[in-house]
Amino acid sequence: MFAYVVRRVLATIPVMAIVALFVFSLLYIAPGDPAAVIAGDQATPEDVERIRQSLGLDRPYLVRFGSWVFDIMRGDLGVSIFTNLPVVTMIKQRIEPTLSLMIVTLCLAVSIAVPMGVVAAWKVGTWIDRAVMGFAVLGFSVPVFVVGYLLAYIFALELDWLPVQGYTSFSQGFVPWIENLILPAVALGSVYIALIARITRATMLEVLQQDYIRTARAKGAGQTSILFLHALKNAAVPIVTVIGIGIALLIGGAVVTESVFAIPGLGRLTVDAILRRDYPVIQGVVLLFSFVYVLVNLAIDLLYTLFDPRIRY
Amino acid sequence: MSASVLSPGDVAPEAVKAAAPTPDIMPPVKVRKGLWGFMYRNPSIAIGGTIVLLMILMAVFAPLLWTVDPTALAPARRTREPSAMYWFGTDMLGRDVYSRVVYGARVSLIVGFAVAFFASVAGLAIGLISGFVRWADGIIMRVMDGLMSIPSILLAIALMALTRGSVGNVILAITVAEIPRVSRLVRGVVLSLREQPYVDAAVSCGTRTPVIIWRHILPNTIAPMTVQATYVCASAMIVESILSFIGAGTPPIIPSWGNIMAEGRALWQVKPYIVFFPAVFLSITVLAVNLLGDGLRDALDPRMAKRL
Repeated sequence: MFAYVVRRVLATIPVMAIVALFVFSLLYIAPGDPAAVIAGDQATPEDVERIRQSLGLDRPYLVRFGSWVFDIMRGDLGVSIFTNLPVVTMIKQRIEPTLSLMIVTLCLAVSIAVPMGVVAAWKVGTWIDRAVMGFAVLGFSVPVFVVGYLLAYIFALELDWLPVQGYTSFSQGFVPWIENLILPAVALGSVYIALIARITRATMLEVLQQDYIRTARAKGAGQTSILFLHALKNAAVPIVTVIGIGIALLIGGAVVTESVFAIPGLGRLTVDAILRRDYPVIQGVVLLFSFVYVLVNLAIDLLYTLFDPRIRY
Repeated sequence: MSASVLSPGDVAPEAVKAAAPTPDIMPPVKVRKGLWGFMYRNPSIAIGGTIVLLMILMAVFAPLLWTVDPTALAPARRTREPSAMYWFGTDMLGRDVYSRVVYGARVSLIVGFAVAFFASVAGLAIGLISGFVRWADGIIMRVMDGLMSIPSILLAIALMALTRGSVGNVILAITVAEIPRVSRLVRGVVLSLREQPYVDAAVSCGTRTPVIIWRHILPNTIAPMTVQATYVCASAMIVESILSFIGAGTPPIIPSWGNIMAEGRALWQVKPYIVFFPAVFLSITVLAVNLLGDGLRDALDPRMAKRL
């Protein structure tokens, strides 16, 4: 077990190194010369050259990569070209809305999608099953901003039940916080719900064929207990895996959802950074999201033994 | 409608396929022949294919479909509600939304098909190398793992930040983001095919590797590749619209569904139709491509078909 954990943790190092190399190359080949930008319009070529040397921009690619990695380890992601603020500071300012949105979406999606998949598998072939699977195909096909606008139009503009846009910090109370997050979370969660519901249904269908389910029925276990205790437990591993993989969808979708609902999070930061070609910020956000994604999936891999004690490494 | 339409999708490599229950006595099957029979047996291919075909026709014959110049400005007639004159209304610059939506189909379809094609070709090549060249496998797969751990929309956004917004660059950026998935699929297929007795037999007969690949491996990758390509196409159309929507995609001068929505965004609370029409067309097209993919998957992989 311990050896497995060590091996698995070590295996993420090359993945992270490749992500880091890619993200670094992004800034390396980005058009525009940071030294010239810093030097300003009045600078002579000598000034630009001096700044370039002081920034270390004249050193070879791999040396710069090394020192960049070293900076990241110390928590230094560079300075925004546009605002002159450290990228880490900018990310810290924007992280709460994004984190809130993701956590609410995750909880909402899992608590809707898993029961949906279970019921679809239980009632396989009936209209309930078809409705769930039809919804899943729709969820995959309707882009997140379309769902977002539709929900905002119906529930915020027409019915006036929820705020149209914006974000209220958690520190100002739970109710205003959640009110602002429900619509974005449903919009962002639609693909995710479709994904989890499909996998849950498929896995449950397989598990429900097993002998131990028949045994549970024979001993007189109730339908609910069979579905949610006996079957769902055994179907947990693929479901949890896909929840982890689906985080990538959440991250990508958050960028758009935050634009639709005017949430001042990391997604907005990314969009603004792209429009301004603020490469250090783009780099920082991509790096952060990718590392979070890798670490979440690492954690899930390591947690398999909890969901399924039969797994031994 | 057969149950195959609504079967679980090929959404993740870890997807677990459901086993179909088999009754002891099969009901009598009425076999219908020809194209109509095929359509009858595969309603999702029929529905998805028809809609995709209609969209292609709409994109090709856009100038003939009672459209006007989609970029023609008419400030005096801006933000008109949908009417007999302006079917889908006009946007804030007075451009006809109907014409823009019809022309916008071109960008979405071109991007979708081009990404599906290029990602398939590149993924096929990388997957074959990875599956056959042992020493390269480790390196290639680590690189693919790295690329896959960057969420694909972010990867495409990052690549678009490097270049000017143009349809070609959008295709390139989305293709790069989609390649890892395709090459992983191909590699998996190749590795399992290598263990097949007929490949062993070919090897023992002294068949050269290129011939084995051409004759035994490639034909067997076509079915899963076709299915994957349709999903890649659907996902590329969504990513294109997202890129255009956030202003990092197709340049605003070219009408694309994402662009029209991006421009309608500022006004959506008062003039929701500007966002509504491209959204509906985009969703229907992606839905149709996904249906086509599901149908192809069931039709091309008889082992997975849940038809009785």
